[in-house]
Amino acid sequence: MMNKKQFPREEYFAPGHRGCAGCGASIVARMALKAIGRDTIVVNSTGCLEVFTTPYPETAWKVPWIHTAFECAGAVAGGIERAIKALKKRGKYKGRKLVVMPISGDGGTADIGFQSLSGALERGHDMVYIMYDNEAYMNTGVQRSSSTPLFASATTAPAGKISKGENNPKKDMAMIAAAHGIPYVATACISYPEDFMRKVKKASDIEGPAFIQVLQPCTVGWGYSTENTIKIGRLAVETGLFPLYEIENGDFKITYKPAKRKPLKEYIKMQKRYRHLTDEDIEILQKNIDEKCKLLGLE
Amino acid sequence: MEKTDIVTGTIAAAMAAKLSNVEVIAAYPITPQTHCVETLAKYVANGELDAEFVKVESEHSAMATCIGASATGVRTFTATASQGLALMHEMLYIASGMRLPIVMLNTNRALSAPINIWCDQQDSITERDTGWIQIYAEDNQETLDSVIQAFKIAEDEDVLLPVMVNIDGFILTHTVEPVVIPDEEKVREYLGVYEPKHAYLDPDKPITQGPVGVPECYMETRKDLNDAIEGSKEVIKRVNEEYYKLFNRKYGNGLVEGYNLENADTVLVSMGSVCGTIKYVINKLKEKGKNIGLLRIRTYRPFPKEDVVEMLKDANNVAVLDKNISLGFNMGALGIDVSSVLKNKKVCNYIVGLGGRDITPQNIEEIINHVEGAKDGETKWINLRE
Amino acid sequence: MVTIAAIIYEPGSTTKNKTGSWRTFRPIMDNKKCIKCENCYIFCPEGTIYEDENGDFKINYDYCKGCLICVNECPVNALTSIREEK
Repeated sequence: MMNKKQFPREEYFAPGHRGCAGCGASIVARMALKAIGRDTIVVNSTGCLEVFTTPYPETAWKVPWIHTAFECAGAVAGGIERAIKALKKRGKYKGRKLVVMPISGDGGTADIGFQSLSGALERGHDMVYIMYDNEAYMNTGVQRSSSTPLFASATTAPAGKISKGENNPKKDMAMIAAAHGIPYVATACISYPEDFMRKVKKASDIEGPAFIQVLQPCTVGWGYSTENTIKIGRLAVETGLFPLYEIENGDFKITYKPAKRKPLKEYIKMQKRYRHLTDEDIEILQKNIDEKCKLLGLE
Repeated sequence: MEKTDIVTGTIAAAMAAKLSNVEVIAAYPITPQTHCVETLAKYVANGELDAEFVKVESEHSAMATCIGASATGVRTFTATASQGLALMHEMLYIASGMRLPIVMLNTNRALSAPINIWCDQQDSITERDTGWIQIYAEDNQETLDSVIQAFKIAEDEDVLLPVMVNIDGFILTHTVEPVVIPDEEKVREYLGVYEPKHAYLDPDKPITQGPVGVPECYMETRKDLNDAIEGSKEVIKRVNEEYYKLFNRKYGNGLVEGYNLENADTVLVSMGSVCGTIKYVINKLKEKGKNIGLLRIRTYRPFPKEDVVEMLKDANNVAVLDKNISLGFNMGALGIDVSSVLKNKKVCNYIVGLGGRDITPQNIEEIINHVEGAKDGETKWINLRE
Repeated sequence: MVTIAAIIYEPGSTTKNKTGSWRTFRPIMDNKKCIKCENCYIFCPEGTIYEDENGDFKINYDYCKGCLICVNECPVNALTSIREEK
């Protein structure tokens, strides 16, 4: 069914890190680095991935890596990209392409890091920005972000007697990134590694800013048992909830079309963050998806 | 070739950054700094300076960009003031904590509210404890020289800390003075190329910068920082001397500058451009037979405790002038610092020039007259309106 | 002694931390059943599944946290799990 050695064997993300068993963010990092290779400089925003990979004096990273603060991955990456240009003027890295890869969660991208990201995209820095989207502030204990979907329960948007959890729809970061007119934008999901890694590689080969929003289920925040990380991600795509696409120089293309979309209920029922929902609530969400899929041609 | 130009403080700083061959500049406009980054943008646009000019969308991003660039191993520069510096606050700690020798011009301006674009030093004083070396220049020549020296100090392997050169908004930023511009080749030879050994992002030698400082290591990093900034005193003095030998200008011992201290019973202590006014008053009073001294704090952090004690040992009336106020303590920061190092000596504190309020020679004389009759520990606000 | 700015100069040094002790369930690989689709290899959050010199996929139990994604994603049930015995 698959070709032999379809995935590169080099590892740039070491084991022994303190990510939870079944952690989706680890899978994002490992796959992205396999896709680009050794000449990558990682700019990590504050968040789960930063915290569990670098408790001094240990690091899981085998590529150069920097963390400064929560909201500035775009600006730090821009500084690195320009510094590489300056170093090339001195004669360093002759004929090599170094890839600057900011990687931030949904909070670090869609909320607190939004301005810094927008500035970096608008200025055209050559970078591959990865938004690892787990739809809430997992590092601080599952608080809602603007990427938290409608009706999901989060600790600052809890389901309660008079609340159905988060009361706003998920912010569409990929489309907002695309509105900057940058050369490459894509959505991806860790459950589709060929698709995700192909997109990361393509993004790294393109000159200028690239933005990839990759959905990664989180065992703790979404409330499911550890073995289901990939399965739930797959359902997010198969239901049409999280469509996989790319926008290259303005051309939109669906990169994976489910043969027949699965009912959203299958996805919802696997996660504790949705356990308060009634069939009627799920029907509302299903209708929202149907409308969105219609627009994207995912009938 | 060395030449003399008539320039503002902001342009003098931009010239210094150009002479220092900065490689990445991140800039966001704010009054009264803007002429500095505009001038640098013009140098880049005309091909006079081969630097990467990053037109960031905020001061927070300006500092973040400098941090990214410096952590990759190149010389970086930015400029800001007031609200911009306050917005950078978080990143200032990160720049010093990561031991990145970024140089920044801060044009001292009051903080909101109410919004006020004029001079006081509350902005940089508020960043006192961030681990940045802080130099306060008295005039435009010193501004230029201090920016060049700042790179030498910051990049010294025994220091590796960011340096903030402070100049008084409008008073220096928008006033032209004759400034000697050193020979570019000579400056570049003096500074050399920034090639860090401790921190640079390079796929050929992958390191992790900015990890989680667990309780087992965090306190040691703070101690290292404190040792580095304390130790920078010697480097600042050495650079002041080296610079004198090469460029024929020096500023006291680099940390402090004494003026007419000999046999002065009454000594004023202050920072920045007001020291020019104080010197004028001292000269005038001297003609009348009255002997007043000035101790100008040029380097505020690290604080030159030893010099303050030594140089004020014969003074009986110490008047500290502060262009800032520690709200809830009714003293300025310099007043608090000087009081804490001088034992058994009368120290009075004068809050002056907040938000661009004039400090006239008459005000200086008023302070001198007051301190001579005052009790230890008094604080007086000068030139307040009824 | 803490390094300057707490910089970590040893890449991949988390390997000192053997997370295998976290495991409550142990995945077991049956290489006879394995069709080498690489699902277990690529989906492992630890990168703890490796291909040996014979082209067989093996599990490094020093680091395997026992999430069992590999078991769940194996299309031919070459991976199964047992409770970890302490």
